[in-house]
Amino acid sequence: MAGLEDLYREIILDHYRNPRNRGELEVPPATMTEGFNPLCGDEIQVYLQVTDGTISEVRIGGQGCSISQSSASMMSTAVVGKSIDEARDVLRQFKEMMSIHEHGLEGDDAAPADDRPGASGLGDLEALRGVVKFPVRIKCATLGWNTLDQALVLSEAGSPTE
Amino acid sequence: MDTEVSGKPPVGTFDVAALKAEFPLLQREVHGRPIVYLDSGATSQKPQAVLDAMDRYYAEINANVHRGAYHIAERATMAVESARASLARFLGAPSAEEVVFTKNATESINLVAHSWGRTNLAEGDVVLLTMLEHHANIVPWQQLAAERGVEVRWIPVDDQGRLDLANLDALLHGVRLLAVTAASNVTGALPPIRRLADAAHAVGATVLVDASQWVPHQPTDVTGWDADFVAVTGHKMLGPTGIGALWGRRELLDAMPPFLGGGSMIQNVTVDGFTPAEVPTRFEAGTQPIAEIVGWHAAIDVLDGLGMEAVAAHECDLTEYALRTLADRFGDDLAIHGPAGVVADGAVVRGGTLSLAYRDVHPHDLSQVLDQHGVCVRAGHHCAKPLMKVLGVNATARASLYLYNDESDVDALADALADAGDFFAS
Ligand SMILES: Cc1ncc(COP(=O)(O)O)c(C=O)c1O
Repeated sequence: MAGLEDLYREIILDHYRNPRNRGELEVPPATMTEGFNPLCGDEIQVYLQVTDGTISEVRIGGQGCSISQSSASMMSTAVVGKSIDEARDVLRQFKEMMSIHEHGLEGDDAAPADDRPGASGLGDLEALRGVVKFPVRIKCATLGWNTLDQALVLSEAGSPTE
Repeated sequence: MDTEVSGKPPVGTFDVAALKAEFPLLQREVHGRPIVYLDSGATSQKPQAVLDAMDRYYAEINANVHRGAYHIAERATMAVESARASLARFLGAPSAEEVVFTKNATESINLVAHSWGRTNLAEGDVVLLTMLEHHANIVPWQQLAAERGVEVRWIPVDDQGRLDLANLDALLHGVRLLAVTAASNVTGALPPIRRLADAAHAVGATVLVDASQWVPHQPTDVTGWDADFVAVTGHKMLGPTGIGALWGRRELLDAMPPFLGGGSMIQNVTVDGFTPAEVPTRFEAGTQPIAEIVGWHAAIDVLDGLGMEAVAAHECDLTEYALRTLADRFGDDLAIHGPAGVVADGAVVRGGTLSLAYRDVHPHDLSQVLDQHGVCVRAGHHCAKPLMKVLGVNATARASLYLYNDESDVDALADALADAGDFFAS
């Protein structure tokens, strides 16, 4: 059975209570992208400053539940200093971790997740793996990331290519 | 089918323990605890009588209706038409022919918007909504507004989540349609439908009532409301998902073009065109969800057996108990959006829908912790974003009471809330 401790790992609660990179950036030169969770009304703003193809600064605005807020906070620390392509790679890995596979349909509780440490290169983000056992919350965990996805497109379009 | 499928709990008494025993799902446990189901506002649980009626339909008389002349097809047709008659009576409708089966309340409202709306509304006409509406009674009108240049106007709410009718006369100016909920799915507020209908009719407007959250809980009388259209949905009133209905005044329905085209809704089809069928068949294109209609009929039998007056009285008492208990235990830590009391000025003004804000715990996190106690509440915006904005929140955790809930369920909610407070205390 998936218990609360699978969901609310200590590091998640820490990012919720002490969110990293919270705030705004001046637009322009930064870009701002807004995301909504249509199910619960959570909203998020991702501010991105891309300099010479590298994400030099990220800020997160908006409000939501512990999962959406901590996931966005962890995202901000994971992608800052990375190139757009590297950020896309983390994004892809994270979304893969958050997807329900076919075996998720069996039984009452969601499928056991791959809990092997280091199963991915996601580092602290691994703590969010437990969310997949709570399918309703997956949209919370991915809100910031989907918004980042759009923000990357916007930054690329806006900034002259290196 | 009507006499074969009725499962009648004891009449007159309201023995919740016996009633709960009729609902298989309410016997189960989650996370090792008995389930405490407080999300009937989203969908109700189903009594055994409903499940049995649907099984029996498939096992004994499954056939397409209004088509074959053989025994089981006659029986299936009878099952659908007797369900229609039963629903008409349950709603206080003058005639079963005014009851159109749909998929749910959403489809019922869309039917009116497409068929009546596109025939009767033109640029500059006003559709008057209220800030209490569910998206189901907002978006179809916004679609019409975008397509036709119809103006959408709103009746505001006060700080208790009730309609503020102070400027009703001014708001009604130029209105062709008033579309209003009979019970808010967020604040539990029960707007004064008859008063609103009278005011709307006085300016020549048509009145649509979204009764999704009313019919499961209160005796319904569409004639007493003096409404023109009423949308209902089966799954919130002990029935299965996938079945709902639109009641409409005969003369309005008669003048309306079909909504969906296809089989069953025609009188005649040639290579040059078609002649639509009479009402209500005109609006029932394609094979209907027959088993669901049969299941809904069984649900109505269960509600009739209990008596809607008794259901309403039980929920009124339980809601008062819940408001009192939660206030006593949590004081200012817990805010409940919506009317403060069940009764005001001699009228029942709120139902058992309790939208909670608990300290600074986000509703999603709150409902997740409650779930560990087996307590099921809904977190989110409840498909009423304009209202949430007025209430100044993005989401609430909503506990909604129904006929099978009792004081022990409210106590379990309170215990779970206390635990959630501890968990997220930072
Ligand atoms: C007030 C109100 N109207 C309409 C609906 C839509 O009902 P359905 O989804 O069954 O069409 C709901 C259900 O959530 C509701 O609460």
